[in-house]
Amino acid sequence: MSSAIDVRGLHKSYGDKLVLDGIDLNVAEGTIFALLGPNGAGKTTAVQILSTLITADAGEIRVAGHDLHQDPEAVRAAIGVTGQFSAVDGLLTGQENLIMMADLYHLGRSEGRRRAAELLEQFDLVEAGKKMAMTYSGGMKRRLDLAMTLVGSPRIIFLDEPTTGLDPRSRHSMWQLIRELVAGGVTVLLTTQYLEEADQLADQIAVLDQGRLVAQGTPEQLKRRVPGGHIRLRFTAPEEFALAGQVLPSASRDEEALVLQVPSDGSVHTLRALLARIDDASLEVDELTVHTPDLDDVFFAVTGQPTTHENAEEKVTSK
Amino acid sequence: MSTVSYPMADTATMLRRNLRHALRYPGLSLGAIGMPVIMMLLFGVVFGKTFSAGLGGGNGFDYIDFLTPGILLMSIASGTMSPAVGAAMDMTEGIVARFRTMAIFRPAVLTGHVLGNTILTIVSLVLVVGFAILIGFRPNASLGDWLLASGLLIALTVALTWFAIALGLTSKTAEGASNVVLPISLLLPFLSNTFIPLESMPSGIRWFAEYQPFTAVIDTLRHLLLGTPMDNGTGWLALGWCAAIAVVGYFWAQKTYNKGTIA
Repeated sequence: MSSAIDVRGLHKSYGDKLVLDGIDLNVAEGTIFALLGPNGAGKTTAVQILSTLITADAGEIRVAGHDLHQDPEAVRAAIGVTGQFSAVDGLLTGQENLIMMADLYHLGRSEGRRRAAELLEQFDLVEAGKKMAMTYSGGMKRRLDLAMTLVGSPRIIFLDEPTTGLDPRSRHSMWQLIRELVAGGVTVLLTTQYLEEADQLADQIAVLDQGRLVAQGTPEQLKRRVPGGHIRLRFTAPEEFALAGQVLPSASRDEEALVLQVPSDGSVHTLRALLARIDDASLEVDELTVHTPDLDDVFFAVTGQPTTHENAEEKVTSK
Repeated sequence: MSTVSYPMADTATMLRRNLRHALRYPGLSLGAIGMPVIMMLLFGVVFGKTFSAGLGGGNGFDYIDFLTPGILLMSIASGTMSPAVGAAMDMTEGIVARFRTMAIFRPAVLTGHVLGNTILTIVSLVLVVGFAILIGFRPNASLGDWLLASGLLIALTVALTWFAIALGLTSKTAEGASNVVLPISLLLPFLSNTFIPLESMPSGIRWFAEYQPFTAVIDTLRHLLLGTPMDNGTGWLALGWCAAIAVVGYFWAQKTYNKGTIA
């Protein structure tokens, strides 16, 4: 497969602050690539550089086969960008925003109107299309934003935190839209703070921490390096805790807090099995919480939690 | 892949965007259009008699005639507020980031602001001339004089708008933008020969007023519309000012707009 985005040795600093410290990325055509990291990791800076918005200090970058520094216009013609901050014109209606984009892509008057109507339909904005975008809810603005990005049918789409601040329903509908895009052959590079989002969508995930790529791989490869989900059982009576330790030998024990951590993949099946064993032994459990791996766990795993440090080191891909 | 640029089409799209903004957000545009008309009526009708008497009215001196060219410049000056704020607001919102990642003609975004504001200012100028004639403005200009005067007014509008946009882009917020253009919209019209002849000013201010661009333009307009005498070369000086302000404003604005990006 040829690569849609190819980056080698990308550096960027603002004054003394090093924001990106030698990033290498390769995104295959027609796939979803997630750049995962906390606030301030450099995700947005990376997207801004790859989408020609700001200049890099060093690095070789090819997007859609074009060298970003030598031919930025050709890159711009191939990409679509939906930034973290709403890039809609609040004083124009949804429809006018889309038609403005169609005009800027020089689609022609009737084709532009047709495309705008089609996208309003696809993004569930038909009714809102006549209203000024500044009156839209957060989810509607995001949808209009993405619709505007799609007017020119770009081959590569950058989405900077596409679901941050959205309610769960809007988030799921955004995920669905992104999947449909890729089904149509588009390449997507998205950034996110949520492991779950990267897991749901991405073919490849790169974990960015303080301007360095600390891990890269498929969601499965990445999750395998996370200590994993567990079910946490808290007891009030020491004797119950001791008994539970015998019933559940695989659990790790915290004697002082009277807490057992039972490894679990978070599925209902394992939970039911665990509850059955607790019932069989008539254990008095004070509190039960299910813990699924999240970004924090991935971070601990790849940035230096002692138990998984060795494991993490061998796969670290930063220079 | 070759990328074709569409300067005219992209600029037209941005002009449509700006005119829509003016219609959607009429407060700023109405203020800019209406303020000079109010100044015209205030100085022409309310204070006019006193000013006229103080300036030795009677012997063929008509204060409305004297005042009108200056008020026309005031329309241009107060009109610079709205594109400066508009450009600054664009920069604080995500929409400009979107435009910058698209293969569109780079200067189109700002040129759209300039053209939009020029159209609004022309409306304002026509209104001011209309009200001036209503309260007694009596120009004795030929069609050619009118065309020259209109050309000069439009040239100054384009020049000052580019300059105001450059100023607006340097400020971080819309409020900041409305403050940085105040010297254009207040200082230049008042510290010129708009309301009173230069001879009646205190010497320091008079020196400033004599050499600042508005005075040369106003002198030229008075000459064209009313046939008042004018020094040789004042017309060229007026045009020169317009060209200089336009060039500085244009390049400064584009440079600020493209700062930190791949051009």
